[in-house]
Amino acid sequence: MLELLDSELLRRALAEVVLLGVVCGPLGVWILHLRHTYAAESLAHAMLPGLVLASLAGAPLVLGAAGGIIAAALLIALAARDRRIGSELAVAVTVGALFGLGVALALAPDTPAKLSELLFGDPLGASYGDLAVAAGLGLVVLVALGAGGRALRVTAFDAASARSLGVSPGRTSGALLVLLGVAIVASVQGLGNLLVLALLVAPAAAALRASDRLAVQLRLAALLGALAGVGGMELSYVADVAAGPAVALVACAFAVLASLWPGRRDGVVRRGPIEGLAGGR
Amino acid sequence: MTLIDVSGLVTGYGNGSPALSGVTFALGEGQALAVLGPNGGGKTTLLRVLLGELPVLAGSCRVAGRPAYVAQSGRARLDFPVSALDVVLMGAYARTPAWRRLRRAERTRAHAMLERVGMDAQAGQRFGALSGGQRQRVLIARALLQDAPLLLLDEPFTGVDRTSEAGLLAILDELRAEGRGLLVSTHDIEHARRWDLVLCVNGAQVAFGPPADALTAHALHATYGEEMVSIDGETVAVHSHGCG
Repeated sequence: MLELLDSELLRRALAEVVLLGVVCGPLGVWILHLRHTYAAESLAHAMLPGLVLASLAGAPLVLGAAGGIIAAALLIALAARDRRIGSELAVAVTVGALFGLGVALALAPDTPAKLSELLFGDPLGASYGDLAVAAGLGLVVLVALGAGGRALRVTAFDAASARSLGVSPGRTSGALLVLLGVAIVASVQGLGNLLVLALLVAPAAAALRASDRLAVQLRLAALLGALAGVGGMELSYVADVAAGPAVALVACAFAVLASLWPGRRDGVVRRGPIEGLAGGR
Repeated sequence: MTLIDVSGLVTGYGNGSPALSGVTFALGEGQALAVLGPNGGGKTTLLRVLLGELPVLAGSCRVAGRPAYVAQSGRARLDFPVSALDVVLMGAYARTPAWRRLRRAERTRAHAMLERVGMDAQAGQRFGALSGGQRQRVLIARALLQDAPLLLLDEPFTGVDRTSEAGLLAILDELRAEGRGLLVSTHDIEHARRWDLVLCVNGAQVAFGPPADALTAHALHATYGEEMVSIDGETVAVHSHGCG
């Protein structure tokens, strides 16, 4: 463990993944409670063309990710306007097309970018600038989650009554998806657009399994996200495997271990991590 | 003071075709109105337009202030980690800025509201672990904390045992006596007979007025059609769940 702190490169990478874990954990709790796992997966995949184009242009990946997510959101909204298609099919077709476009661009003979870095991230490649951007975006996400906690609570618990309680469930869900996009953009350097989903969903799924108190779930998910970062970096160092996948594996291990946790005594069926990972649409 | 004033109302969903039409009624302070109708007849649609969730396609719909809404308790997420007290405190959210903690006084009032509906002993219990009748009482306590002059209740007796039902009816009578307006959607004709006014709907308004005037055999047949049976001389609607 201490070896990780000897090298500036490793210290920066460790700070990056711990930071992402602290941000993605509580955000993931709300994503699971509002059942937006499918949207999280879709948004993460849909930004690939933006990443490839940013890489080709030599622009920061964070800009490519932001552009990719905005383009995906616009295309999904456009396709979903056709009632014959519907929103789920619109998401599936748009995301499939964008992901295919991204892979085609990345694998073109003239493209110098490494597709694997975009898909799986490279925390060891994080600069101080990347770290600062991730910290800034992460802070925005955490502050917004704190300010919107009551609206999220009402929307997740009783959307039918939300308006009479002064909450718009549509706006609240929309705002959560915007925060999700911001978190994915912040995570792209460290975890890439595929592995970020593990850090968003797995620590949160473990926290939901381990506690039936919301405040505990939010804090525990942040802690498990940070521990996944530390454990993943250590695993990467010891086993000589790529850092991003190692972080994702440790995060998912938390979810699997938590699924072995005994059920609630009150007999209410709890939503387990496996359902959360499967989409919870 | 008039709490609801609806005239010639036509409302519907996104496709533009009306789901409920020709509705005209008014509700004042201290009055209770039962909305009676079959599944899909427009009861929940009426509540949603009163809450401002559905558009007024024609006519007018005026509601004094923001009403408190008690949805069917089955529509709340039972697996969401909130206690009965947490649920009641949601009634104070609209008057508390997002950046400010809920005041201690709100917490004290929330306990008082739970006490009023006989649920303060269960304040710390998870909402999802309560019985159907207990959940309904907690949702009414939340509406009381909102301190709204008008309460809209969507089938509050669905899934509630007879003992809890009697307790809920007593609470509703108290609220009416305090001067609050109540609009209660129900399938139960016997409940409807208890209230000051009855509105029968089945895609359109069938009848409105005091129970003696509105609950005629003709009106009930137009409201429920073939879903009526006669038991010991009493006319009864045969179905009892779902939302209109």
